[in-house]
Amino acid sequence: MEDLYREVILDHYKNPRGHGVIEGADAQAEGLNPLCGDEVAIYVAFGEDGETIDEVKFSGRGCAISQAATSMLMEMVEGRTATEIAELSKDELLEEIGIPLTPIRLKCALLGLGVLKVALHRAKGTPLPAEWSGLDDQFKVS
Amino acid sequence: MAVEARTKLDAQKLRADFPILQQEINGKPLAYLDSAVTAQKPRQMLEAMTQFYETSYGNVHRGVYALAERATEAFEGARDRIAKFVNAPSSRELIFTRNATESLNLVAYAYGLARLGPGDVVVVTELEHHSNFVPWQYVAKRTGASFRMVRLTDSGELDLDGLDELTRDGELKVVAANLVSNALGTVNPVEKLTAWAHEHGAVTVVDAAQAAPHRPIDVQALGCDFLAFSAHKLCGPSGVGALWGRRELLESMEPFNLGGHMIRKVQFEETTWGDLPHKFEAGTAPIAEAVGFGAAIDYLNAIGLDAIEQHEHDLVAYALERLADVPGIQLYGPAPEKRAGIVSFNMDGIHPHDVAQVLDWEGVAIRAGHHCCQPLMARLGVSATNRASFYLYTVQEDVDRLHDGLLRARKVFG
Repeated sequence: MEDLYREVILDHYKNPRGHGVIEGADAQAEGLNPLCGDEVAIYVAFGEDGETIDEVKFSGRGCAISQAATSMLMEMVEGRTATEIAELSKDELLEEIGIPLTPIRLKCALLGLGVLKVALHRAKGTPLPAEWSGLDDQFKVS
Repeated sequence: MAVEARTKLDAQKLRADFPILQQEINGKPLAYLDSAVTAQKPRQMLEAMTQFYETSYGNVHRGVYALAERATEAFEGARDRIAKFVNAPSSRELIFTRNATESLNLVAYAYGLARLGPGDVVVVTELEHHSNFVPWQYVAKRTGASFRMVRLTDSGELDLDGLDELTRDGELKVVAANLVSNALGTVNPVEKLTAWAHEHGAVTVVDAAQAAPHRPIDVQALGCDFLAFSAHKLCGPSGVGALWGRRELLESMEPFNLGGHMIRKVQFEETTWGDLPHKFEAGTAPIAEAVGFGAAIDYLNAIGLDAIEQHEHDLVAYALERLADVPGIQLYGPAPEKRAGIVSFNMDGIHPHDVAQVLDWEGVAIRAGHHCCQPLMARLGVSATNRASFYLYTVQEDVDRLHDGLLRARKVFG
């Protein structure tokens, strides 16, 4: 059971990568998990091609799983294009997280990825698959 | 020689009445510390519902055959006992609803929406559950009335000093407050709020969802105008709740739901409403649930509400003392003598969901979240808290296991 909080998760939770705000970000969105109150806001700055993620940051508060998963996501997406991220499957992130999650904790783990997809969808018109479209309605625009 | 006024409650013995508590969770005995969200069910209540379904079930106030008579008798008998449970002057003032939230919505819509307007003031408290907050915020917005909030002191009690500030530029019409806070356990001075409301000609709407299971309730002593509670928090089934209201107010109100059973006469041109309580009970009621509600009341009465209150008071005092030595714990809420059996807390550097997760490994069930009290969470400057809540079947050992589980969480998170 302790696997849930294995070292790498706690490390990302306590020392989140890419934690902060990008002023004048090219894309941004924020979301919350109303069930448990996890909050995540994500900011993206594109490179000169207007497509490659040059810098990505997040702010928020919540449980170890939601915050660590978003921190891991920051490392995964930098240098990739908006189109690639729009196609990024949740399984790829879950593999990175590498721990078995119950349905309730799955929502915590996937919050950051959903917010990022919504941010890119709003800024670049990248497709938002059906499983995330509910998030677009739910998340308020910041 | 001192004589104990009442026998102390024997929680260890009462636990045998609750089949659900006899199981293991994650290989550990279940320590159920989330009774504030819903209480577990004694065999006596479950058997009363089963027996009703097996011998007496029919729709109520409809047929003339034997089963319909029996069902009606059981249903109305439950109403009588529930009315007596809160010392209502008459059973006709006791309306069955789906839950306390629906009871409060009934008042907000049927009383508030019809009577409020610009220049009127609705007051809620910073301690309210969303169920006695959101309906009034909504109705105030719809009607143009002002929406105000009684603030909290730093110890988690209502700050009554600022009351008159709230009515400076309007006419006070409704005061909505809970008797016991579900998030902090604070026992609120509803009598004082009621006296203040009545001085201004306003009505008080009391959310007793968290109080009715745990202490004696007397609507006449409280002096309030409406009081809402639900069955599922007091060992009864989910799906049924109650609203008590003053007869003259209920009689003067329009119905909330419309349809079968609540009418006197229906014609194409016009429909007239039935008498209390039927005017507010459209459609088929939660019949067996109401019978279970009555059986739960019988169960609590046999133990004694005073004894339950004392038991939980002892537990909360024990818990506050026991948990104080957990490294990095922050305890919220007032002193034990001013609170019911609820302990809200946070652990420095560990989100409540993670605390609750580690406790679950130990078979300890607590609530982690905002407790449907986001205004209060904002006041405390947190997004969530952990909450352990007690009932008549809670034993000191449950609190000890909570304590040890918190130490394990501290170890996992460093």
